[in-house]
This record gives sequence, structure tokens and C-alpha cells, in this order.
Amino acid sequence: MVKYSSKFFSNNILKIFISFILIGYSSVSFGAGEKINYPQLNWSFSGILGTFDRASQQRGLQVYKEVCSGCHGMRLLAYRNLKAIGYNEDEIKAFASENSVNTINDDGEVVERPARPSDKFVSPYPNDKAARAANGGAYPPDLSLIVKARPDGANYLHALLTGYTDVPTGQKVPDGMYYNKYYSGNLIGMPQPLYDDGVEYADGTKATPDQMAKDVTAFLAWASEPEMEDRKRLGISVMLFLLLLSALSYFAMKQIWAPIKKQ
Amino acid sequence: MSKSKFKNPVVKWIDHRLPVFSFMDHELNHYPTPKNLNYFWNFGSLAGFALVTMIVTGIVLSMNYTAHVDYAFDSVERIMRDVNHGWLIRYIHMNGASFFFIVVYIHIFRGLYYGSYKAPRELLWILGVLILLLMMATAFMGYVLPWGQMSFWGATVITNLFSAIPLVGESIVTWLWGGFSVDNSTLNRFFSLHFVLPFVIVGVVILHLVALHRFGSNNPIGIDVKGTQDTIPFSPYYTIKDLFGLSVFLSFFAAAVFFFPNFMGHPDNYIEANPMVTPAHIVPEWYFLPFYAILRAIPDKLGGVLFMFGAIAVLFILPWLDRSSVRSSQFRPIYKIFFWVLLLDCILLGYLGAMPAEGIYVILSRVATAYYFFHFLILFPLLPYIEKTKPLPLSISEPILGGSATASAFATREKK
Repeated sequence: MVKYSSKFFSNNILKIFISFILIGYSSVSFGAGEKINYPQLNWSFSGILGTFDRASQQRGLQVYKEVCSGCHGMRLLAYRNLKAIGYNEDEIKAFASENSVNTINDDGEVVERPARPSDKFVSPYPNDKAARAANGGAYPPDLSLIVKARPDGANYLHALLTGYTDVPTGQKVPDGMYYNKYYSGNLIGMPQPLYDDGVEYADGTKATPDQMAKDVTAFLAWASEPEMEDRKRLGISVMLFLLLLSALSYFAMKQIWAPIKKQ
Repeated sequence: MSKSKFKNPVVKWIDHRLPVFSFMDHELNHYPTPKNLNYFWNFGSLAGFALVTMIVTGIVLSMNYTAHVDYAFDSVERIMRDVNHGWLIRYIHMNGASFFFIVVYIHIFRGLYYGSYKAPRELLWILGVLILLLMMATAFMGYVLPWGQMSFWGATVITNLFSAIPLVGESIVTWLWGGFSVDNSTLNRFFSLHFVLPFVIVGVVILHLVALHRFGSNNPIGIDVKGTQDTIPFSPYYTIKDLFGLSVFLSFFAAAVFFFPNFMGHPDNYIEANPMVTPAHIVPEWYFLPFYAILRAIPDKLGGVLFMFGAIAVLFILPWLDRSSVRSSQFRPIYKIFFWVLLLDCILLGYLGAMPAEGIYVILSRVATAYYFFHFLILFPLLPYIEKTKPLPLSISEPILGGSATASAFATREKK
């Protein structure tokens, strides 16, 4: 025993250090800006073991296609990516070919051809300016990364889509703006997108605005993080390996150090 | 030449002409290390590991990255979506920066607690501060590369700091940008520098190690090694301890990479840079927040910049600011308390850096900034005149009180 190795003391400082770091982080992540509280939903994909709900994602794709895609693009997603949410190649081909893309033929003329699985999702507008012009100056953001690009993204999106309520008395809503209780400042350029039975689900699920909001959020969460399921699965194996390595190296260390500690 | 210690004839042949194996055997195997090091001495090797991880993942990322304002954001997303395991490499690199700073900050506070910067390790410390400075420059430029909103606006805010320099400030900013705003030429040069600076860091790390091996590691009681009874060979004792430390570190690191990869990032950086839209709050990465708080605490722009860089500059001269020759806080009862105050102060500054610069936050920032400089510029030089240090043990292996750490420590007490 070395009297001044102060094992007890250093263990304690280690704990204090770790708790400081944790406190520091949480203060940073909850730090910026005023908070609007969104309902916290229990998403199938949250938590370290969470996975996406395929049926919900497929319904979400339908909501995106029939409602959102009128104004919002998904430029980072390719049609071929839809394989990951359970579509086969023929379905993807058919889905893609409903859109058309410009290409240059052998005579140098710009012609249209049906989109292929390898193409990225076709955006509704040719460019940002066209998108703004068609929406009263407000730009409908691309949705490829929307869940990652907003704090508490999934809950935020669900709240926003279901946050259209009656305008409170005293609140003035200018032309072309809409009242949304979850939007920062409460005035949003997007009209309420989801109404009862706005889409007709093939699997018979009742299409309430809440259900549609959940489904499209599940779809968009996957679009933001298509690697999520692979990542978590690999993460579990890596963690198990590292815990084993930690345990083994700990006991090896104890054994190697035993003669020194005995002195 | 003494008889070679190597059995392998090829190794023997090479080592006779180019003694790299002898060198490694001497510096990594037999290297005498104090036998009482605690787990805080793991963080040096962890920092080295983090540096190598960043360089390896960074090189792979650069093979798939396009440094152009029109393609940078999409090329990063291509890495995340289409490059095989690109998400893993990028998340390791992204979280690796944070973990590198966590490890290095703990390493620095270890040095502060145990007085590792004191004679004869002043240059070792100074090289370490230089590494920190290079890391900060590298991390800042790396954060710009994905060309998200925070990348762009962070770059704009930080480069604009140089405009505070009198007379030539504006010209310097134009020179840094390579134009009249943060634009393609800025992104290009940041990529170039972000690629090359880590290798400069490697060079300084080598000097840091040379300086370390000159006198060996400091230790928790801070007294000099008196002889071979105080030391043990680096291998196997500290190689296995470093392996254990690395496994624990990697467990935390992997948990972040696989389960919370964006926890330490900012959501706005998943929005492509747009010079026409300013984010509501421009916040730097968490590891810059204490310095950012100091910058904003000073009401004058040039003053803020000077104090921010001053916060690092005081570290360079710390070996001469601290007049006490007792190294370890274990024998400095008053300094020990102030050490924790400084740590809390830095964490408070980090918190304040994340808050909007208004109301109570500004006042707290000023108090915390004032304490930071008080600690280094007033407390360190004056404390030894007030503080009565505890008696030091005779040596590392003999836990008998009444010894003196060094001749100079003895002299300090004689003076009183």
C-alpha cells in the first residue's frame, strides 16, 4: 500500500468530473432559446433499441406523396432507398416512373424521361425562387433532413402538423399566414395540411390528422437517418465487445499489478 | 556495443545500424514511470489515441468530401447515405472531436491539480498549450466543412473577430476570407488547413513526448523520483493500465457514436448554409463555449478578443505565474479549494457561452471572466506567500512525512 496513492480521493474526483461533464452537456443542449413544449410521444424508433415501424413508414410515404410533396422536396433521398422501408424493386420502379426528370438526348435537346429508381426524389419546384414565388414568399423547406435539423425533431414535427387550432381572440393573422400553437411566433406560412381522411390508407388505418402526422414523421425520421437501425444494431455488438474488453483488461491489470501493490 | 537484446536476426541487423528498436524498447518498454500514477494519468495516451483516430477517419472522409460551397453539404450527406459505413466514419470523426477535447481538458486540469507544469516541465506544459491552440484552430475549421448553417455563421462570427484589430483589421479579415465574405475560397482554404494542421499537431505531440521523457511523468504526490525503487517499467504496468483506460474511454465514445451521435452537435448544422438567413442563436461547439463567454463578457469588441486569447495566453506563462514549488494540490490546502473553484468557473463560463448574451447572463459572464483572470494573474503568484503547505513525504515509495519535494521547495519554506 502506498499511502499517498489516494485511491479513494481520485475515485471521487473522477465521479465529480463525470457529473460536471454531464451537467455541462445538458445545459448546452437545452441552452438556446425560449422553449415551446411539444407533446412527448413514444416513438418506436426512440431509445437505443428502437426501430422503425415499417407499416407506419409506408403510410407516411403515402402522406408525403399525396400531401407534402405538393410543396416540399426530398432531394437527398433516392427512389431506390425505399427498399429499406419494405418496397420491392418493381414497386419502386413504378413509384419512380410517376415522376419525370429532364435529360439531354443524343441530339442535345432537353427531353423528359420517367424517373428511375436511381434518381433522387423529384422536387416540386425547379428552384428555390420558383418555390418561394408559388408560396407567397415563404420557402417550403426540403424535408430530407428535417427531423435532424430541428431540436427534438420528431416531436416537433408531429406537434407542428397537429398544432393548427382556432385563432385566440386578440391574435391578428395576416393574409397568407396561419395560426399554429407550436410554431415559433405562432404565425406560419404553411396552411393546415392534414384533415380527417385526407388520404385513404390501403391497410385500413383510420386517417386522422394525428395518425397521419405520426406516420409522416416516422417516414421523415427514417429519411433523416436512414442508417439508424444499422447503427444501433452495430452499436450493441460494439458495446458488448468493449464491455468484455474492459472487464478482461481490468482483471489483467489487477493481476499484473498485484506484486507492485503488495510492496 | 553491448550485446544486443534482440533475438530476431533481422531486428538485430537493423537495430545495429538504425537503433529504432532500441529506442522503442527504451522509451516504451523499460521507460521508468512513477509507480503511484492514478487514472488521471491515462488521459495523455487517450489524447494520443484520439488524435490518431481523428487523422485516420479524417483522411477517409476527405476521399469522399468536396470542398465547394455548392457541393460540400451534399457530399457530406452522400457520405452519410451512400458511402459504405460512411455514417460510421463521419460520426466517429464528428464525436471524436468532442471526445478529443473532453480528454484534453481533463488532461489539462490534471496538470493544474498536480502542478505538472512546474520546473523542470515548463516546456512540456507550453508545448501542451500549443497543442491545445492548434486543436482549437483545427476543430474550428473542421466544423466549417459540412457547410451547414452553424458552419457558415460560426465562421462568419469568428473570422470577423479579427476586424477588431485597429487599422489593419478589415484587411486581415478580407485576407483570411480570400474575398469579401465567407465564401468558396474561405471553404477551400479551411479544408486545406484542416487537413494539414493535424500533422503539425503530430509534430508538436512528438516534441511534447520528448520533453516528457526527459524527466518522466509527474505523479500524484508531485515529488521527484528519488531512485529506481520509486519507478516501475512502463510495460507491462502502464501499457495494461492504458489498455484498460482505453477500453472504458471507447465504451463512452462508442455509446455516443452509435446511440447519440448528434447529441453534442447543433440541429441547425443539418440545414445547408444560407448567407441570407441568420440563425436565431449562433453558438459555437461546446468546447469553445467558455472562451465564447469571455469574448462576449467584455463590452468592447477588441477587448473581448484580447481577453479571449488572453485566456489561453495565461496558460503559456503559468509555470512562472505559480510561485509555489510544491507541485501537488494534496499538500496545498488553499490552492486545492481554488482549483475546484476554477473548474466550476470554467464550467459556468461554458454554460454562459450557450446562453443568449442578455440580462443576468452578461453579469455572470463578467464575474466568471474576472475570476478566471484573478485566478491566474493574482492568486497563482500570491498564494504561496499566504499558504502553509503540508509536510511532504520523503519519497514515493516511503510514505513517511517530513521529506521535501525538491531542494527549491525546501528553500521556499525556509524563506518563511
